[in-house]
Amino acid sequence: MSPIISVSNLSKTYGSGFKALKGINLDIVKGEIFALLGPNGAGKTTLISIICGIANPSEGRITIGGHDIIADYRAARSMIGLVPQELHTDAFESVWATVSFSRGLFGKPKNAAHIEKVLRDLSLWDKKDDKIITLSGGMKRRVMIAKALSHEPQILFLDEPTAGVDVELRKGMWEVVRTLQASGVTIILTTHYIEEAEEMADRIGVINKGEIILIEDKATLMQKLGRKELTLQLQNKLEAIPDVLSAYNLELSDDGRTVTYDYDTKGDRTGITSLLNDLRNAGIRISDLDTKQSSLEDIFVSLVRAP
Amino acid sequence: MNYRAIRAIYLFEMARTWRTLLQSIVSPVVSTSLYFVVFGAAIGSRITEVEGVSYGTFIVPGLVMLSVLTQSISNASFGIYFPKFVGTIYEILSAPISYFEIVIGYVGAAATKSIILGLIILATAGLFVPLHIQHPAWMLTFLVLTAVTFSLFGFIIGIWADGFEKLQMIPMLVVTPLTFLGGSFYSVNMLPSGWRTITLLNPVVYLISGFRWSFYEIADVSVPLSLGMTVGFLVACMAIVGWIFRTGYRLKN
Repeated sequence: MSPIISVSNLSKTYGSGFKALKGINLDIVKGEIFALLGPNGAGKTTLISIICGIANPSEGRITIGGHDIIADYRAARSMIGLVPQELHTDAFESVWATVSFSRGLFGKPKNAAHIEKVLRDLSLWDKKDDKIITLSGGMKRRVMIAKALSHEPQILFLDEPTAGVDVELRKGMWEVVRTLQASGVTIILTTHYIEEAEEMADRIGVINKGEIILIEDKATLMQKLGRKELTLQLQNKLEAIPDVLSAYNLELSDDGRTVTYDYDTKGDRTGITSLLNDLRNAGIRISDLDTKQSSLEDIFVSLVRAP
Repeated sequence: MNYRAIRAIYLFEMARTWRTLLQSIVSPVVSTSLYFVVFGAAIGSRITEVEGVSYGTFIVPGLVMLSVLTQSISNASFGIYFPKFVGTIYEILSAPISYFEIVIGYVGAAATKSIILGLIILATAGLFVPLHIQHPAWMLTFLVLTAVTFSLFGFIIGIWADGFEKLQMIPMLVVTPLTFLGGSFYSVNMLPSGWRTITLLNPVVYLISGFRWSFYEIADVSVPLSLGMTVGFLVACMAIVGWIFRTGYRLKN
């Protein structure tokens, strides 16, 4: 299936000489929720800004539904709704007016029924005549989502949708995103909450220092997460792993005093009992043991810290 | 053309005008009335006729131009600067609209506002002095051309400015002096010849002269020259706006 968004070889160098993006390649599949993870300043917002037409690319090409974002910007941009990270709203407009304005801006004819539906879905209907300045931060965030949905986009970008949002509201936001996905909208969200990516995404991409360092199905990542590591401290130094233990794929540390064993917590058998049995039979004595789970957080941190 | 987008921007900007009616319309009318009281009635009564018209009548076109110039610039510069300042510009930039359409929306609204304002001031002037407009069609032509040109100029300032100080700087330090020295309150012919030559370097002279001609058929410079300079300035502003959008200057980098 051809991707709904295709980014190839995208680079961005700012006037100051700062390289915000370095040769990004990324395909987004229609209908998926894609989470883009990365630390602050990794280039998440720059990438979104370029795809949506807010910043100019320095190099590379992007197509949205097959439309080039520069040569065919009208068709490309019509498909996208953007909810930026910062709460950029007009202060003195009413909720209804600002959402209707967005629809007009995207060239769509008036449709009061659609705007009403969007406002109702986001629990904003009873605030429709209120000035935006009188709303709370969480409501303003929802107004921005309503603006993005006003023109019935096929793709929705959510840049840090739950930054600074309380737990209750965050759950509500996830609910909204799932409903949208069910209606066929493709969703790209950036976050630095790993929990959020785990909860929402079908696929996860990690970006750091302007480069995409990992793109993986969440399921595959979760499988990695299901793995645990058993570390055994030995009483006596071991020169080599005895042949009788070769089936366990043990790893011996350089000093010969630590053995590590990888196992799957989700498997029927972890193999721990038999390993300990076999170790005793081989005459290897253990002074201490420790188990550790690798989390998405660990994977993320190790990826991001790598030079 | 995305007409709906142009309409959305235009109506949004006009709504801002009605919301700030006091500041947008009432205050320029009040300040113009003050000019009439001071220059027209108090000082004007001691000045003899200028080229066959009473001084109070003579300054009407200049005063209208003064307001139209400054209001066009401030409307348009604020109109585009504010979304940049609060960040709502993201939506304009990400919408499926061309630069041309953005300019029509913003500049059209700013120009509309100053044309309405110019006509209101003209009507206000009619309360103080007898008005006679020889060439109403040319009067409107000069009014519209000037409003559009200076709204474009204001749009450029609004994009260039990265702070409120810069937003005010050009109108205060450049446009207002040029307007005052551009023959709003006097005929360029009243100046000594050295100053007269320098004054002819001031583009505003041509705007006011042409506009005044449409009222009284008196002009400091020839009418085609006035028209030519006005159109020339319009084209220059359009070229700069075109360059801004082509390069993304201060918008997309």
